[in-house]
Amino acid sequence: MGVEAREARQPWILLSPALVAITFLLFVPLAFIVVYSFWLRTATGADVAGFHLDNWAEALTDRFYRDILLNTLKIAAITTAVCALAGYPAAYFIARSNRNKGFLLLLLMLPFWVSYIIRTMSWINILGVSGALNSFLLWTGIISEPLQMLYNEATVILGLVHFLMPFMILNVFVSVDGIDQNLESAANSLGATKLQTFVSVTLPLSLPGLAAGGLLCFVLAAGTYITPLVLGGPRDAMFANLVFEAIITQLNWPLGSALSLMLLAVLGALVLVYNHFLGMAQLMKGMG
Amino acid sequence: MNRGAGWSFIRLWTILVYIFMFLPVAVVVLLSFNSSEFGAFPMSGLSFRWFVELANNEAILRAFRTSMILGALTALISTTIGVLASLALIRYKVPGQNLISTILIAPILVPEVVLAVALLLFLNALSINKSFALLLAGHVIFTLPFVILVVQARLVSIRRDVEEAAMSLGANPVQTFFSITLPLLLPAVLAGGLFAFTISFDDITGTLFWKPGGVETVPTQIFAMLRNSISPEINALGTVMIALTVGLPLLGLAIARRMSASSGG
Repeated sequence: MGVEAREARQPWILLSPALVAITFLLFVPLAFIVVYSFWLRTATGADVAGFHLDNWAEALTDRFYRDILLNTLKIAAITTAVCALAGYPAAYFIARSNRNKGFLLLLLMLPFWVSYIIRTMSWINILGVSGALNSFLLWTGIISEPLQMLYNEATVILGLVHFLMPFMILNVFVSVDGIDQNLESAANSLGATKLQTFVSVTLPLSLPGLAAGGLLCFVLAAGTYITPLVLGGPRDAMFANLVFEAIITQLNWPLGSALSLMLLAVLGALVLVYNHFLGMAQLMKGMG
Repeated sequence: MNRGAGWSFIRLWTILVYIFMFLPVAVVVLLSFNSSEFGAFPMSGLSFRWFVELANNEAILRAFRTSMILGALTALISTTIGVLASLALIRYKVPGQNLISTILIAPILVPEVVLAVALLLFLNALSINKSFALLLAGHVIFTLPFVILVVQARLVSIRRDVEEAAMSLGANPVQTFFSITLPLLLPAVLAGGLFAFTISFDDITGTLFWKPGGVETVPTQIFAMLRNSISPEINALGTVMIALTVGLPLLGLAIARRMSASSGG
């Protein structure tokens, strides 16, 4: 074998373990649940192979599933909007601060390393009946009975915003940090006010980062399973809870497959739209 | 640069956002030292009793061991596979590079619940039931993209000419890899491994689908304990986890800095 042929083969040898792993642990399993979603679960508990549309008919027409899907998307949208509105100014501040940039960035990375379940449950210490806020309000005499603040949709959104805020800030930061500040100076010297400069120069140039952060927040929020269980009430189930219910509790795997694929289709469509307009490179910048 | 009232407002806003991100976690740490029976305010005094109880809780210790072993094995496998793939993408011209990169990060783009269901059902069809092996396979597949992203970012900065110099001085590719490339690569390998360990140690969504009955990792153990009520013991466990998952990467970062400073010059 010639040197050139060997040179051409080497990268494939290096890549093959990763590609094999992802093929057999992700792509083939995904293809498998597509097939599985057309099987039928019988009354005896056995799965019958075949091509039946029953699961899809149930998943797509049952009001219960549709309402929870819409509610899940609504929660994800509100979460994303709050993260964007609250996170943008912070990201802008970090990017434009001269002295503390490194320190603020390091602090921003810390929440990524603090366990998700702990960050979620930490709100029980704050908002619970005997939590910090109630204790404080009782102490000041503003209230005489502890308030029931937990276990509703608002606390689910609060928990999600708390979890996803660093993703948003980091992505917007990368974008704002990359803007040539001479452009802003130029706008200023040509007579634009600070607000005009921001609206017509900085904001448009930082939109790719905002979009990347938004996509991450939305997809991660819409796929959440733990937050509604820890911070939500009995009526605050999200779509991933339905999937878990079907697969683990009811053991109805064909229906669970159809429901998972529905979630994948909705969120996958978003990723594709994003990819079409902005490409994956922006997303990678924020993660790397 | 003239910074007026707007800038002051943004600064105040940023401080509030940071308080929002850190206050609840700080309260967890604070309450874990609370001596009162109920994990709540007002605090009655400082004490280490909850940490002592933690150390005597057999279920939690078992969960801790499971998480450590799972995290270590995940890091080992994921980093090995990930470093090889990153080397291929950075060092060679591969046809279809963009497509391959997208395939390699695909596990992050699929919602974790969907990944969990697909893997569970597929491996079950191959008669691999809920088991430690399934957990490990799952953790490897969704930590892999993060490892590849981190390692690639670090690899770009390693210069190729050092390797070429070694080759031209008579070293064969294997010798060059072990005596030149690997030492230069080590910070990237460590960073990737720590990242994989931390993600695996923290995972709960996939783990709840894959874990066999009776086996708990630290996050699923906390989750199970939350079902009853929040106890000071959970806060203490939270504090230990924070110390571990924040302390380890910071340590790793410091080591990586030192190593790249002494080798890179």
